[in-house]
Amino acid sequence: MQAFYYLIFPGFLFAAVVGLLTTWLDRKVTARVHYRVGPPWFQSFADVMKLMGKEVILPENARKTGFLLAPIIALAASTLVATMLGLANYLNQGFVGDIIVFWYFLAVPSIMIIIGSASAGTPLSAVGSSREMKLLLGYEVPFIIVLAMVIFRADSLSLGGIIEHQIESGPILYSLSGVIGFIVALLCVQAKLGLVPFDAPEAETELGGGAFYDYSGAALGGFKLSKAILFYSLPIFLITLFWGGVQIGGGLGILWALLKYILIVALITVIRNTNPRLRIDQAVKFFWGWMTILAVIAFILRVKGL
Amino acid sequence: MKKTILPIGPFHPLLEEPEFFTFHLDGETVIDVDVRIGYNHRGHEKLATGLTWDQVPFLVERICGICSTSHPYAYVLAVEDMLGIEPPPRGKYIRSLIGEMERIHSHLLWLGLAGHFIGYNTVWMWAWRYREEILDACELLSGNRNHYAMCRVGGARRDVSQKALDFTMKALDTNEKSTKMFLGAVADDPVIHKRLKGVGILTKEDAIAYCATGPTSRPSGVRWDIRETDPYDAYGESLEAGAWKVIVTENGDVFDKAVVRVLETLESIYLCRWLIENMPDGDFQVVPGEMHEGEGCGHHEAPRGEVFHYVRSDGSNKPIRHKVRAPTFSNLPTYKASCPGEQIADVALITAAIDPCYCCTERVGVIAGGKHSSLTQDDLVKLSVEKTMEIEKRMGVKSVLNKFK
Repeated sequence: MQAFYYLIFPGFLFAAVVGLLTTWLDRKVTARVHYRVGPPWFQSFADVMKLMGKEVILPENARKTGFLLAPIIALAASTLVATMLGLANYLNQGFVGDIIVFWYFLAVPSIMIIIGSASAGTPLSAVGSSREMKLLLGYEVPFIIVLAMVIFRADSLSLGGIIEHQIESGPILYSLSGVIGFIVALLCVQAKLGLVPFDAPEAETELGGGAFYDYSGAALGGFKLSKAILFYSLPIFLITLFWGGVQIGGGLGILWALLKYILIVALITVIRNTNPRLRIDQAVKFFWGWMTILAVIAFILRVKGL
Repeated sequence: MKKTILPIGPFHPLLEEPEFFTFHLDGETVIDVDVRIGYNHRGHEKLATGLTWDQVPFLVERICGICSTSHPYAYVLAVEDMLGIEPPPRGKYIRSLIGEMERIHSHLLWLGLAGHFIGYNTVWMWAWRYREEILDACELLSGNRNHYAMCRVGGARRDVSQKALDFTMKALDTNEKSTKMFLGAVADDPVIHKRLKGVGILTKEDAIAYCATGPTSRPSGVRWDIRETDPYDAYGESLEAGAWKVIVTENGDVFDKAVVRVLETLESIYLCRWLIENMPDGDFQVVPGEMHEGEGCGHHEAPRGEVFHYVRSDGSNKPIRHKVRAPTFSNLPTYKASCPGEQIADVALITAAIDPCYCCTERVGVIAGGKHSSLTQDDLVKLSVEKTMEIEKRMGVKSVLNKFK
């Protein structure tokens, strides 16, 4: 049963399919904003499939083990993230403190990008790697404060407990501290997904792909798939933290959950299409400055009971 | 501290054209930058000496795909200067109109690319979408979206129809609105301010010292626009009539370079409108007549700066010497002044901000034994004097260059 959870539903297969569809939605909406036609719905699947069949080119100076293991571990970790979220949301399973484990695994894909690109041994990858590291250090600070705010509010250390609290006393989003916390968390998610304005580690026009500059074939496909799974998991995570979780059955049920999900994905897409890329030092300043201040304000408001 | 060298090029996913950058880095800060070009030498100057006078405009039009009318424009001005021909007014107006339409679409193209470089792909796509209207108008005016072939020694090559002019007027109206929208978007967006203000400052002194031209020098406060400083064709009359003005700002950073280009687009729209409204009737070309010995210079304010052409004739049907100087040739060295001390992310912007056109500027590159050597001005003067004396000796002409010996 555990293998089924991890590999089929709500784990790898489900998360990958929904994640790739979400990636397509993002690409299609972006294209329409640009007055372009955009790709057909199966484009993201075709991309990953094609990458999986391509040759993996190893840079001459690469540390091969780290270079090749990184995408595999990133994919495994993001799958685990999706599984834990799915278990808590759809099947009401979990354990006390699972949110802390969840938090650890959420950082693993980013850390793997750092390790993988650092072991490529080329200058552009190294720059991308150092930028990813700075970005990770930047957004984790406000994100953890917001998370602490939610945990204190729900008085529970498990994902299931947070959902239960919201079922009893209404979504956290419908309060002042909740709104501020949601804005901060949304921008942190934007950075975690590596989307504009926080795509400095990839920076197509400066580093030509940066952290992924030396990756090709199945290894790149692993990272792409891991990103797609995160693109599905992180909006669900936001819904879990702030918007009452995905409650199937009862009332509008699955339709309402879908609406919430698409709304958050649309917000992410709009942010990425209406902003230029921030320089890495500006991004870190943004998170350690404004975002941390806002997160602390949300926390204080929570203590005051707002 | 240990210094890293980041090589980019000559063929690299980041670059649209072959060039080779060497960035000397300290962390993410660029300490020094080296640019090497010369990978795409196409031998235009040599080819031109094998073509007849009337074939050369078609050749030099191919130097650049974006500012495609600038080179033939400067060339025909050079030949007219040599022959002392005055084209009829309608021909002059048509040439200036095409020149300005080109400036509008070239600046919009740059704006889109600049948006792409700061990761703002929406600006990229929108700018190019609004550029299409101008290209449609160009197609109706000249028969082509680009490579208009409208410049001819002695006037314009073809007449323009009233229908095309009416369509152009409409395209200009819609374009004015969208350009103003872009101006608002650039001037008001706080994130764009953060990314562009105070980045890659080129001081007025540096701009003059490096001989920067066009929209690279005008943001630094250098008032130098060939259309104003040495008016030709319809530019003098339109300037006197107050149809447009030269845009000069003081800061010299990337933000000012963007603002100058957007404002210049607006000025070009006003100028195009004035040219269409005041388009004179009558002939649009004259027959050049006999070719005689002599030499001539012509320069045109291309979207990227001053384009300079020099031709010399021995009275035959072909030029014996044709010299081209594209604006990027003098704008490129400003990297040395504006890049050091900036971050990698900003250097990508700064190099894009001069609107470089490396392939247009490929004229000299010395590679001997796999080693590339850069030539100083003294070397170049010495080389050209030696070459001239060699030719004179071969042709049996009395030298005029003895004083340089």
